[in-house]
Amino acid sequence: MVKPVLLFGYGNLSRGDDALGPLLLEYVESNCDLEGVEILSDFQLQIEHALDLENRELVLFVDASVACDDAYDFAMLTPARDKSYTTHTMSPAAVLDVFQEIKKQTPPPCFLLSIKGEKFELGEGLSANAEQYLTLACQFAGQLLQNMDVKIWREQATDRWN
Amino acid sequence: MYEHLETAQNKENLKRVVVDPVSRVEGHGKVTLLLDADNKVQQARLHIVEFRGFERFIQGRPYWELPVLVQRLCGICPVSHHLAAAKAIDQLVGVNPKNLPVAADKLRRLLHFGQLFQSHALHFFHLSSPDLLFGFESDIAKRSIIAVLGEYPDLGVQGVKMRKYGQEVIRMVSGKRVHGTGAIPGGMNKSLTKAERDTLLEDIDQMIEWSAASVALIKKVHCSNLPYYDDFGTIRSNYLGLIKPDGALELYHGGIRAKNDKGETIIDHVDYCKYNDYIHEEVRSWTYMKFPYLLSLGQENGWYRVGPLARVNNCDYINTPLAEAAREEFKAHSDEAMVHSTLAFHWARLIETLHCAESIKILLNDPDIMGHDLVAQGEKRYEGVGVIEAPRGTLFHHYQIDENDIVTKANLIVSTTSNNMAMNESVRQVAAEYLSGRELTEPLLNNLEVAIRAYDPCLSCATHAVGKMPLQLELIDAEGRMLDKLVKHNDGQIERNTNG
Repeated sequence: MVKPVLLFGYGNLSRGDDALGPLLLEYVESNCDLEGVEILSDFQLQIEHALDLENRELVLFVDASVACDDAYDFAMLTPARDKSYTTHTMSPAAVLDVFQEIKKQTPPPCFLLSIKGEKFELGEGLSANAEQYLTLACQFAGQLLQNMDVKIWREQATDRWN
Repeated sequence: MYEHLETAQNKENLKRVVVDPVSRVEGHGKVTLLLDADNKVQQARLHIVEFRGFERFIQGRPYWELPVLVQRLCGICPVSHHLAAAKAIDQLVGVNPKNLPVAADKLRRLLHFGQLFQSHALHFFHLSSPDLLFGFESDIAKRSIIAVLGEYPDLGVQGVKMRKYGQEVIRMVSGKRVHGTGAIPGGMNKSLTKAERDTLLEDIDQMIEWSAASVALIKKVHCSNLPYYDDFGTIRSNYLGLIKPDGALELYHGGIRAKNDKGETIIDHVDYCKYNDYIHEEVRSWTYMKFPYLLSLGQENGWYRVGPLARVNNCDYINTPLAEAAREEFKAHSDEAMVHSTLAFHWARLIETLHCAESIKILLNDPDIMGHDLVAQGEKRYEGVGVIEAPRGTLFHHYQIDENDIVTKANLIVSTTSNNMAMNESVRQVAAEYLSGRELTEPLLNNLEVAIRAYDPCLSCATHAVGKMPLQLELIDAEGRMLDKLVKHNDGQIERNTNG
C-alpha cells in the first residue's frame, strides 16, 4: 500500500548546490511528522518515476534551480510535453505527461519546490547563498507538511511554472 | 579512415559550426566542424568538457567511503562505479576475487545485471528509439520518449517498466535505489530475503519476453536498411573488454581480451591488475579527455572500442540460451569476423539486455543469494584495482592508500574515455559522408548526435538544475562573424537568427 503523499527530492549530493533537493529531504526527515509521507530521492528524474506517482493524493518535487528569482519558488505542476530532446533529465512536468500517457488518467496534484542554486561543481559543498536559501525553503516545506491539503498548497503556489 | 579530418590545414579560411551540447547523452559534450566555402567538412571534433576532477574528488578520502562516494560521479551508472570501487577495495582489505564469499559474489552479479538491464533499457527506449523509429532527420518534436509513447504506446510502456524493474533489483539488493551500500569491503552488507526474491521473480518472465521482443525489433530496424545501417558512422577498430576463462561473455569479473578488426587476438585473459602494462593514455591539446590505446600497437593504431559492440564481438559465446541465439544471428548478419557498424551498438546492447534478464532469473532461483556468509577478511594492502564491464564499457578504478587508509592516488579510466577516439572517428565519418557539401540544418546535424549516441556516452555531468541545458548551434566565418545561429530552448522552442 503506497503512502498518500510523496516527497521526491532529486540532485547530486556531491555537486555543490545540486544537493539542495536531497538536503531538504534530510531536514524534513529529522524535523517533521511524516506519517503518510513517502520520501524518495534520486540523482535526476527519469521515465520510470512516473510510476511513483501512482495512487498518490499529493506529490511534492524538490529541486535546485538556477532560474529562481527568490530563495525558492513553489508552483503547481501540470503535465507538459517536453519538446526538448535532452530528456534524459526530465522536467517534473514531463514526468507527469509520461504518467498520463502510460496510465491514461490525470496525474495526482503535483507541486514543485525549486530552491535557488548557483554553483554545481563536483566535490563542492553548498554555496553560502544556497545554505541561506535552503534554510528558508526548509521552513516553508515544514509548513506545507503540516497542512497536507491540496487546496492550501494551491493557495501557496505561484503559476509561473508548468 | 577519417583521421585526416582531426586537424584541418589552412584553418583561417574555414567556417566553424558548433553543436553544443550534444543532447541525449549523459553530461556535456560538443562537436565542432570547420567548413570550407563549399560547405565541405575539413575538420570535425567531439569535445568532452566535463571529465576533470574525478581523481581529485577521490584522493584524500578514507578508502571505506569510496563505494558510496563514487556513486556520485555519475547519476546514470552509480552502481557501476560502486562495484568497480568495491572490487578495488576488496584488494585493499586483502580479499582476492576468488575468496569473496559465494553469496556476496552472486549478489554483486545480481546487482550488476540489474544496473545493466535498466541502463540499457533507458538508452534504447528513452534515448535512441526516437531516432530509430522516426528517422535520424525527423521533426525535432518527434525525437523524444514522449512521442514514442504517443505513437508506439506498448513499446513506450515496456521501456518504462523495464527501467522500473532494473531499479527494483538495485533497490532490493543494495537497500536503496541510489546511494545504496550493497557492496562493502570484502563482500556485501545484506542478502535478499525470500519475500524480496519472490517479488522480483513475479515479473522476470515478462522482462525476458520484452527483452527478446526488443532484440527482434532492433534486428528488423537494422536489417530493413542494411547498407545504410552498416555504413552510418561505421569505422574499423580494435575491441577490448573482460572475458570469462572459457571465452564466454563476462560483465562482472574476468581477464582482459582485445581483438583487432579482423578478429585476431591481441591480448587474452590478461590480469586486469596489470592493465598499466598493456594500456596507456595519450593526452591531446584540444580536449580534456584522454585517448587510451594498446601499448603493443602504439598510439596511432592501438585505440579500441569498448561496450556492448566490443563485448558481443569479442566473446566466443553467451552462456544464456536466448541471448546466445541472438548473438549468433547478430554475427551471421555480417560477412566479417567482427561487426564494425556503429549502429550495431544498439543491436548488441539489446542482446546484452536479454542476457541480463536471463541471468537475473537464474540468480533469483539460486538459493545462494539468500545466504548469510557475506564478508571475507584479509591482510591490508596499499594498492587495489577494480575493473568491471559497465553498461558503456570497461571501467577501471585504481587506488593507492597510505598507512592511515587515506587514498593518496586514484586513476579512473571510464568507458567513454576508451571510446573517445572511436566516437571522434565516427563523427568524422558522418561529417564526411553525410554532411559535407550540404547546407547545415538542425535535422542534418542530428546525424552527428545519432552517431555519438550509439556509443551511449556518459559524460557524467550528473547535474540537472532547471534551466541549464539549452542547445545552440553557431555558424561563424573565418573573421569570427556569426553567419547563422540556431537556439533550442528548454521548452523545445527553436529560434533562428541569421545575420549573414
